[in-house]
Amino acid sequence: MKLSTILTSATLALGLATGAVAQDKTKVGFVYVGPVGDGGWTYEHDQGRLAVEEEFGDKVETVYVENVAEGPDSERVMTQMALDGADLIFTTSFGYMDPTINVAKKFPDVKFEHATGYKRADNVSTYSARFYEGRAIQGLIAGHMTESNIIGYIGSFPIPEVIRGINSAFIHARKVNPDVQFKIVWAYTWFDPAKEADAAKVLIEQGADVVLQHTDSTAPQAAAQEAGNVITFGQASDMAQYGPKPRVSSIIDDWAPYYIERTRAVMDGTWESTDTWDGIGAGMVGIGEISDAVPADVKAEALELKEKIASGEYHPFTGPLNKQDGSEWLADGEVADDGTLAGMNFYVEGLEGTIPQ
Amino acid sequence: MIRFEKRPQPSRALSLATPLLAVLATMIFGGLLFMALGKDPVTSIVTIFWEPLFGEFAFYYRPQLLIKGAPLVLIAIGLSLGFKAGIWNIGAEGQYIIGAIFGAGAGLAFYPAEGWFIFPLMILAGAFGGWIWAMIPGFLKVRFGTNEILVSLMLVYVAEQFLASMSLGLLKNPEGFGFPGSRNLQQYEPAHNAELLAGSGMHWGVVAALIAVIFAYVLLTKHRLGFAIRVTGEAPRAARFSGVSPARLILFCMGLSGLLAGLAGMFEVSGPAGQITIDFNVGYGFTAIIVAFLGRLHPIGILLAGGLMALTYIGGDIAQSNLGLPAAAIQVFQGMLLFFLLAFDILTNYRLRRQHTAETA
Repeated sequence: MKLSTILTSATLALGLATGAVAQDKTKVGFVYVGPVGDGGWTYEHDQGRLAVEEEFGDKVETVYVENVAEGPDSERVMTQMALDGADLIFTTSFGYMDPTINVAKKFPDVKFEHATGYKRADNVSTYSARFYEGRAIQGLIAGHMTESNIIGYIGSFPIPEVIRGINSAFIHARKVNPDVQFKIVWAYTWFDPAKEADAAKVLIEQGADVVLQHTDSTAPQAAAQEAGNVITFGQASDMAQYGPKPRVSSIIDDWAPYYIERTRAVMDGTWESTDTWDGIGAGMVGIGEISDAVPADVKAEALELKEKIASGEYHPFTGPLNKQDGSEWLADGEVADDGTLAGMNFYVEGLEGTIPQ
Repeated sequence: MIRFEKRPQPSRALSLATPLLAVLATMIFGGLLFMALGKDPVTSIVTIFWEPLFGEFAFYYRPQLLIKGAPLVLIAIGLSLGFKAGIWNIGAEGQYIIGAIFGAGAGLAFYPAEGWFIFPLMILAGAFGGWIWAMIPGFLKVRFGTNEILVSLMLVYVAEQFLASMSLGLLKNPEGFGFPGSRNLQQYEPAHNAELLAGSGMHWGVVAALIAVIFAYVLLTKHRLGFAIRVTGEAPRAARFSGVSPARLILFCMGLSGLLAGLAGMFEVSGPAGQITIDFNVGYGFTAIIVAFLGRLHPIGILLAGGLMALTYIGGDIAQSNLGLPAAAIQVFQGMLLFFLLAFDILTNYRLRRQHTAETA
């Protein structure tokens, strides 16, 4: 009994002591929409957090809350972090947009970074990655690899980011294989292994021998593995444990350099509200190792495309491109502007089906 | 050898004591769980239960308890009436969603007009939305004898599809750059369910929850209908003989629970949440089932249980961020609460008897 009392007070004293030390540490908070073990989206943000800890060691303290529902719950979690003395808070889901703006108003001295949104303020920056650049490379590999000419695509929500990915993958699959068809299933979730597995199975049953996913779990990979002759790509994270087949490559979100840079800016007092949209060139989007299941010439072609995109020599949305209804979108040689891309709500010509409304 | 023996009468004292026992057991076993995860169990429990109420930032967390607890209490009150009569509305989550869609839709239809009538109209629309959604399983049960548990539950998934469709289509913010989600009602003054006193957490949903508690209490203790509800649950045959119409009771209980769930959704979308989005619902309708049972289906009990549940949510988030506890551990902790409640429930209706082996042989 006594011992436990002593232990408790010791812990409390320790807590107070670290609290005092924490004064000159930079405190960085992270709000996650999924569990850190999702193996995809949230996992990579957490890798970014760990990279910040590694970079700055004792000078930084990081905290995170996972599985935070969008809406009032996220607003409370952000407020709590700000009250607890966070200097910089990364809110890593689109649905945190309005809550981030609300909380930022109440804490003008705290800096906020909102991922994938479009609302900014003096102390709110936004950042996102040009995932569609990676989708172009996926599309190229998928177009070469498919034998049934049916490529399955698991969409999360019909929002611009996801539609951009579908269009980019389709354009580049068609370039190398004019017979290719896309079948798209909307899962209406970012992370739900059961739903994602079902979607993958449905697509495979409909003849797809390539499954692309814009959801965060590894369940579609497992479903493809079970089905046998199907290939997949890691999403948000490398998902290398499913290689060399079904997973033949992946799009990796690498937030670490950005998180380190922004944390340093807060430490130096040089932080400013910005809008960052980086791709392969800046290292925010990585292409996972292309496995031996892909023939060498296809691999070489994919890597060449990657180099061209990274150097800026080629833009995945370069005309001539028509919209689904046949009307002209981009003239020959014309490149899509960021505004159109950011709000993209149409399919390109050749895709079947309609975007759910 | 110890054996359970049915009590002639459920124990009243134990019926009051078991929720407290369940909370205590949750604290002990939850503490052990946190210890196994390498955290100090005492600090963890203190963080979850003490910090939001009396900690350094209690000025912020106390109002948050109202915001988090109000929809739980409002929904649970409605459910408890049905549960008492053996009418199982499991689909409050769906009624909550439809209430929110109707409420927000009614408000946004007038955008950007001004008018005092907009908010009251939204309340009516929200209540109607929840009511009509609950009347589907109610009507099907009365007319065709379908199982209201299944129908109401399945309608949750239908409601979720409606929600997605509304966020992407009809109610989508025309100035939202193609992103899903409606306009934010917090920025549309006549439709905003604002705090009645800034920083207090008191919004119209909290007021409605308190009124519902009083209403349910009076109904159950003073009104004939409350008597009919109780008798139907305890002795359905006796109820039939005393002239209670089962069909009318089913429609009343389903309708009322749907109406309150719809109101909860409407107050949430116009206040704390602000907008219709694909992920608008976060499980209040399901958690309210736990709250109803944790509160012993009694209005005052539900009020306390709603507060307790809100406390574990808010304290759980604090524990995550301050102590690095994983979210799953917090969910296990909340699950324990219901588990122990049901486990201890047996003591209300049964007592432990020592028995000699000779007698059993």
